[in-house]
Amino acid sequence: MAKLKDLAAQKEKFVGGHRGCAGCGAAIVARQVLMAAENPVVVGAATGCLEVFSTIYPYSCWNVPFIHNAFENVAATMAGVETAYKALKKKGKVKKDLRFIAFGGDGGTYDIGLQALSGMIERQHRVLYVCYNNEAYMNTGIQRSSATPRGAHTTTSPAGKVIPGKMQLRKNLTEIVIAHEPAYAAQATFGYWNDLVTKVQKALAVDGPSFLNIYAPCRLGWAYAPEKTVKVSKMAVETCIWPLYEYEDGKYRINVRPKEKQPIIEFLNMQGRFGHLFKWSDDIPVKEYQKEVDYIWDRLLKRSEG
Amino acid sequence: MIVARTGNEAMAEAMRRINPDVVAAYPITPATEVVQLFSKFVHDGLVTTEFVPAESEHSAISACVGASSAGARVMTSTASQGLALMHEILFIAAGLRLPIVICLVNRSLSSPINIHCDHSDSLASRDSGWIQIFSENTQEAYDSTIIAVKAAEQAGLPAMVTTDGFIISHGMERLELCNDADVPKFLGERKAKVSLLDVENPVTLGALDLQDYFFEHKRQEINAMDNTLPLIENAQKEFGDMFGRYYPVVDSYKMDDAESAILCMGSTGGTGKVAVDRLRTQGKKVGLVRMRVYRPFPKEILVKTFSKVKVVGVLDRSDTVSTLGGHLYNDLRSVLYDAVSRPHLKNYIYGLGGRDISIEDIEQIFSQLMEIAKSGKIDKDIVYYGVRGE
Repeated sequence: MAKLKDLAAQKEKFVGGHRGCAGCGAAIVARQVLMAAENPVVVGAATGCLEVFSTIYPYSCWNVPFIHNAFENVAATMAGVETAYKALKKKGKVKKDLRFIAFGGDGGTYDIGLQALSGMIERQHRVLYVCYNNEAYMNTGIQRSSATPRGAHTTTSPAGKVIPGKMQLRKNLTEIVIAHEPAYAAQATFGYWNDLVTKVQKALAVDGPSFLNIYAPCRLGWAYAPEKTVKVSKMAVETCIWPLYEYEDGKYRINVRPKEKQPIIEFLNMQGRFGHLFKWSDDIPVKEYQKEVDYIWDRLLKRSEG
Repeated sequence: MIVARTGNEAMAEAMRRINPDVVAAYPITPATEVVQLFSKFVHDGLVTTEFVPAESEHSAISACVGASSAGARVMTSTASQGLALMHEILFIAAGLRLPIVICLVNRSLSSPINIHCDHSDSLASRDSGWIQIFSENTQEAYDSTIIAVKAAEQAGLPAMVTTDGFIISHGMERLELCNDADVPKFLGERKAKVSLLDVENPVTLGALDLQDYFFEHKRQEINAMDNTLPLIENAQKEFGDMFGRYYPVVDSYKMDDAESAILCMGSTGGTGKVAVDRLRTQGKKVGLVRMRVYRPFPKEILVKTFSKVKVVGVLDRSDTVSTLGGHLYNDLRSVLYDAVSRPHLKNYIYGLGGRDISIEDIEQIFSQLMEIAKSGKIDKDIVYYGVRGE
């Protein structure tokens, strides 16, 4: 278990001065993930908020080697870096034990980068893939992705006069990844920082591909006050909208069980992106979303019993 | 050692002797064999390469970018739709100044779908910042692959070496192999300026580059291409000194006193040379110029080569679908604009989708060119040779 005191004493690998919004969840993800890494790391990022706000030339927030290639291919790019490492280590040209981390947003992971991620895991590249999941294409201005939940307003699933936001449920990417039987997969969020740090360390320790789906509230896209980011992150866990669990050695484990599971309305109420739902006489989207959350949580409970 | 090999086998053999650190690739007709044969070398322990059997060409070239950024010597192979799928990343590889080498087997682009040769795939990528070297035969495919690795690393630009799909890729020819030990000696080790694996000296690659710096960085890349031709010439000379086979950037055949000439790329060079020989025996003053290096474009050499020629038939195995004709025709017209003496130009678009071009076809083209040389008149500047209904 990581100690906050030790983490705080580390040399920063992801430094401040970037151009992320106040209260940006993605920046917290990057910082916490790198803090957890004990070996030297090489980082890749897909095109997206994180890459844009952290690397505006001639500045960079990355005190570790970093590469951005394109949007859909961070998994393939880092697979290439890791393969070069294997080749050059074999030839004695690299001596140190390095670890490799790929960052992609939900757009770059759930949607356009899904194939590359699948390939990276199937080929067993020893890369930790971190999806910083803020449930929409935030970099281009809040468009719906396959991670966007039922009912959410985005600029391509607007709360219109006839259609109240996104009509479809979220894709369950974590389960899609688990179906690949990676060495380690988990869901995390920075509101539970110790859980997150522990999971990064576990993921970097396994000899194979690993995946973390990290819930990263976005104050701009979700429409809440910047200081509430961590609160929103925690409420996602308390409502079981974002269950914290891991998959390791063929077993599911729930890492945080809310003392009392909150109705999702508590989470939805915190954010402007769901504000329109409560003006509707018919709250079908909320019911459907609650049903999905309950179903997945119950299934997780059953799976983790075995 | 002299053996009989197809173009694909020759390219795979070249890759075996190069022994790259990383190869990431995906199968596609007619380039599949290159990757297939190479993966056998990997599995038989004949190379020390780490092989990434990617799940698409897009991921293959993306992995190449990652591996090359980590300081590795990296190669791949593809064709047609595969190169088209790589298109986005080709520019990134060049912009990041990564000397990745692609063994490209030229095949037409869909649609209609077709698996046979034309040059539309590599020519659609001509502005991506890659060195492009076309091969006339199996021997050149083999030698140019090795030369390209050296030239690319010196230039800090990626390179593609092409063969004509099926015509060269599947055609068995005489091939003189280099000694195994000599190729690593010729190439030396790649010395990357920066590497992602150098954790002591962390670099940020692929940063967001806005209005205040982008143009300077792009200019550096353009400069690199401007300076690449002598580097290729030098690599070709060093190759010749070591292996006895010397190559020019532009292959001029019987051009000294030629009045009518054709300009072409790829295997048509070989066919055309036979046509030139036949016509020469009849006393016709004809010659042939074949582009080996298409990017960077060797403009001074071409201007000089054609300075005393009356007419050039530019044979393009591609079309720009723009009212302007073929790629080579447009390039040549452009470089001749300022020439003191310039020949008449006529564009022959031929062989799309693998339609054969014979010695007799080229003789016929020459007879048309000789008419133009005599009359000084061109009835039609762009023709589609050998297509029904023309």
